[in-house]
Amino acid sequence: MNKISMTINGAKVSVPKDYSVMRAAEEMGVIVPRLCFLKGINETSSCRLCVVDVKGMRGLKNSCTLAVQDGMEIETDTDEINAAVVSNLQLLASNHVFECWACEREHNCELLDLMRKYDVENIYGESKNFDKKERLINDSSLSIVLDSGKCILCGRCVTACEKQAGLGILDFNDRGNETYVGPAGFHNMEDSGCIYCGKCIQACPVAAIKEKSEIDQVIDVLKDPTKKVIVSAAPSVRVSLGEEFGSKIGENVEGKMYTSFNKLGFDEIMDTSFTADLTILEEGTEFINRIQNGGKLPLFTSCSPGWVNYIEQYEPEYLDNLSSAKSPQQMAGAVSKHYFAEKLGYNKEDVVFVSIMPCIAKKHEAHRPEMESDGVRDVDYVLTTREYARLLKRKGIDFMNLEDSKAYGNLAKYSGAAVIFGATGGVMEAAVRTVSEILEGKTTPIEYKQARGLAEIKEATLTIAGIDVNIAVVHGGSSIKHFFEIMKKSDKQYHFVEFMACTGGCINGGGQPIHPAIVQDNNDIRSLRAKTLYEMDSSSEKRKSHENQFVMNLYEEWLGEPGSHKAHSLLHTHYKKRDFYN
Amino acid sequence: MIERAHVLICSGSNCISRGAKSLRDEFEDNLNRLGIRDEIKLVNTGCVGLCEQGPFVIVYPEGVFYAQIKSKDVKSICDEHLYKGRIVEKLVFDEALTPEKEVKAFDEIKFYSKQTRVALRNCGLINPDDIEEYIARDGYRGLGKVLLEMTPSEVIEEMIDSGLRGRGGGGFPTGVKWKFAHNEVNDQKFMICNADEGDPGAFMDRALLEGDPHSILEGLMIGGYAIGANKGYIYVRIEYPTAIEKLKVAIKQAKEFGLIGDNIFGSGFNFDIEIRLGAGAFVCGEETALIASIEGARGMSRNKPPFPAVSGLWGKPTIINNVETLANIPAVIHNGAKWFSRIGTEKSKGTKVFSLGGNIKNAGLVEVPMGTTLREVIYEIGGGIPKNKALKAVQTGGPSGGAIPESLLDLPIEYETLVAAGSMMGSGGMVVIDEDNCMVDICRFYLEFTVEESCGKCTPCREGTKKMLEILNIISSGEGTLEDLAFLEKLAGSVKNSSLCGLGQAAPNPILSMLEHFRDEFEAHVVDKKCPGGVCKPLINLHVLENCIGCTKCAKNCPVDCISGSLKQMHKIDNSVCIKCGICKNVCPVDAIVSI
Repeated sequence: MNKISMTINGAKVSVPKDYSVMRAAEEMGVIVPRLCFLKGINETSSCRLCVVDVKGMRGLKNSCTLAVQDGMEIETDTDEINAAVVSNLQLLASNHVFECWACEREHNCELLDLMRKYDVENIYGESKNFDKKERLINDSSLSIVLDSGKCILCGRCVTACEKQAGLGILDFNDRGNETYVGPAGFHNMEDSGCIYCGKCIQACPVAAIKEKSEIDQVIDVLKDPTKKVIVSAAPSVRVSLGEEFGSKIGENVEGKMYTSFNKLGFDEIMDTSFTADLTILEEGTEFINRIQNGGKLPLFTSCSPGWVNYIEQYEPEYLDNLSSAKSPQQMAGAVSKHYFAEKLGYNKEDVVFVSIMPCIAKKHEAHRPEMESDGVRDVDYVLTTREYARLLKRKGIDFMNLEDSKAYGNLAKYSGAAVIFGATGGVMEAAVRTVSEILEGKTTPIEYKQARGLAEIKEATLTIAGIDVNIAVVHGGSSIKHFFEIMKKSDKQYHFVEFMACTGGCINGGGQPIHPAIVQDNNDIRSLRAKTLYEMDSSSEKRKSHENQFVMNLYEEWLGEPGSHKAHSLLHTHYKKRDFYN
Repeated sequence: MIERAHVLICSGSNCISRGAKSLRDEFEDNLNRLGIRDEIKLVNTGCVGLCEQGPFVIVYPEGVFYAQIKSKDVKSICDEHLYKGRIVEKLVFDEALTPEKEVKAFDEIKFYSKQTRVALRNCGLINPDDIEEYIARDGYRGLGKVLLEMTPSEVIEEMIDSGLRGRGGGGFPTGVKWKFAHNEVNDQKFMICNADEGDPGAFMDRALLEGDPHSILEGLMIGGYAIGANKGYIYVRIEYPTAIEKLKVAIKQAKEFGLIGDNIFGSGFNFDIEIRLGAGAFVCGEETALIASIEGARGMSRNKPPFPAVSGLWGKPTIINNVETLANIPAVIHNGAKWFSRIGTEKSKGTKVFSLGGNIKNAGLVEVPMGTTLREVIYEIGGGIPKNKALKAVQTGGPSGGAIPESLLDLPIEYETLVAAGSMMGSGGMVVIDEDNCMVDICRFYLEFTVEESCGKCTPCREGTKKMLEILNIISSGEGTLEDLAFLEKLAGSVKNSSLCGLGQAAPNPILSMLEHFRDEFEAHVVDKKCPGGVCKPLINLHVLENCIGCTKCAKNCPVDCISGSLKQMHKIDNSVCIKCGICKNVCPVDAIVSI
């Protein structure tokens, strides 16, 4: 690659010519402060914290997007730069609500971090002589809360929504000093067309956008002696939860997670991976039925509630393509209340089901009116991975030093196919493992690597029982949009398509631990977490959902067979077209 | 039939707002009544420049300069001047008559004699709605010359040789800018006319658009030929309805004449021009925000480089020139670079149009050669300050510029000298500030403007302008300290240094320049708790001087009845009740009330 030579703080450095000055400095170990820059997503140069001095140029220049040039002379640490950084931090702080002790981002707030580093006094915020902007809180939605009091207007959420979700729900409202971020006119998030993928939350450097918390409700219910509380975590939670406590990215902390459930006093432990296997049997059966009986194709997966929000609002004419199978979370709730409770000798009315999810759309999903049977809600509370970590911290649990334990219940047993649900392509691969074996009536291969990886849209043609099956795997709102554009124009008959609202799948869900921009820029977080899931799969004894004996027992004892009447009434649902900005 | 007299009616927006709209009908009626309508040509022109004295009617061949004409005056001009041939002396502009009551030629009037009208060459002389009048004054000859006799590179060299620099404020050499875009290889390039004039009190561009729209179109096309663009946009704010109307008419006529369209002058060169309306945000005058606005996005600046000449509108090489720059171009080409570069100074060639305003007798539009001193503009052209008040400062560059003190009035007007004096050329606003003004208060005025106009994208501009204004408010309320002044200066420096675009980078200029030249006035506010200009209400008290004649006018007008005194006796103000509204001061016939 072509390289150029430049000096940074007097030292010569040679870097590729497509580098930015910020990146070149980083290469030398010089970390330039930043708040708005999020590589590939937000490159608007608006926070003015990464300013450097470029010899021969007037004023200070932002280094995040400034291209390097041969012979360039850069200073990153002059009095003038320092004064500008401190001044701009003071200005950003002026409207910020400092309630750090109660803040979701206290441990990794990028603003607070810089204020500490630069020893910034909140001179404006602490003085009566300066106006403070009105604090607007938009919390009408069941999943997401916008808090302008925390917002520093970096715009990372705005571009994340535009580029990752492909939707542009969030934007700047008003202008100048009155600017605030939200849907147009600060319309209710609930009715804004948002799909709750939460890419905005993960992009936010502070806590201006966050999940609607249910920690307090869970704490209360754990104290209630009349309730039996069942907890269940999604596959991807076990490879990210540790990050909230300083583990390396993607570390498997499943054992500690189970121990922590006991520590907190949950009555029973389930695992959403179990119902992931169950989902494969229901959804796989649905696919086989559609293939064999000329049903509507392609079949779309339905386990990502962000994706369900997407199709209901943006592609409602395809709702018949969507699998009627509930998501693993909802199946877990239904199974625990209508089957497990009785086995344990509890009244289903007394059972409270708490779900630990990588996702904020799961909160909305749990509250959908159709997600109940016999007047009993499938799922009562949903905590994100982050909320669960906060709950542990509030209870003083030293998570990383917990002993590992195994889940003792049968409803916590799962196959390797279930755990890869957490990564893009995992649902498809798991389904194909089972469907191919059922259709062919013999052992079929385990791994379908065509479905793996981070390519925007993955396509393959698999020959199963003599039929050429066109599959596709799509993840991230903007890719979904792109895929529909392609599919509508193309003559290709797709048979089975996996959709996830989040790029990378659940391992990168909107409820997952957030890393500061500089960590996001320098680590492939999605791949690191996914890698652990695939390792767990490959080391599993059983790697196909239908080989999960406990799932099969469930059919034998209770449900009958996949797609049975009972299964349909408890484990399937329906969808409807939804409008927004009503 | 050849008309024996031409009557030019100034129809610039300023004169229209003073009632010029009805003058034409009034002339038509009167001339018809007299039966001489056929003999007289009526021309609605653009701005004549001396707005303070408008509306104007200029009658040729004598060149009689009638000022402040109202509808009722038209009858006597028609009856006396046009019918009987007797000049109506009482309606002629004072300075347009010699002491012997003889009519002076247009350019002998002091206001005009010091001016050199290059950009404004046709303003006030031609009917902007008539392309033939423009053509009659050598219009479109520059375009013909470049298309038929010059290569694009030769045009660029000519522009570089002329030394013409951007008139929007930055002063970047126009030819050099064109060369950047010319050198880019791309299937599509664009020319944009920046007609988003937004400095408070500035109306140079409006006057040009209204008075000579074809010169802008011609300039735009010459630029298009030079850089290799065949599409031009004029980005004009919707607050300029007359300008938009004149541009539409001009574009339509130029199309009818084959001057816009395909194969212009048979040269094979095609060019199309489209008008795009802006909503009036000041920031949209900034190149990248302007581009965003044309693209249909929110008017917010983006980082440079890449400069628009490399990647501009829809990512294509784009040249954005200001209205006045474009108006100069046909003249530069037609008369040649040598002619143009003889006007002005070594580094600043040609002329500059200013909107002269504030505390000045002859407020209006003036065009002077570069190198003219500020003193000449203010005292010789502008006629000095009303009531013989002392001059305190001149603000050039509007909210992005700075205040130049009296001691520097002999500075020649050039890009570099104005910057060295702590101000800037700017787009041409020139506000004269007399002794009765408070510099803290003027700073507040400009900061209120930038706070309002900040797009809100970058931190220092969005938040910093507001905080600077709040500190100024503290100072003017008498609650400020020396530490506040020091902090203000530091904050202003950081905002200037670290803002994303020109708006934020220049927003602190009024503060920085006034702190440089008028620090004592700021210190008076924070140390002595006094406002030397007598403006900041919390710091002033109104007093009646001994020359009070006891007319009781002040007491009668006081809204809080805090003035006592009987007829023909000296009055007294109770400062514990006074709300410092200043009405008493304004109504006093003998200037006996002062604020201390």
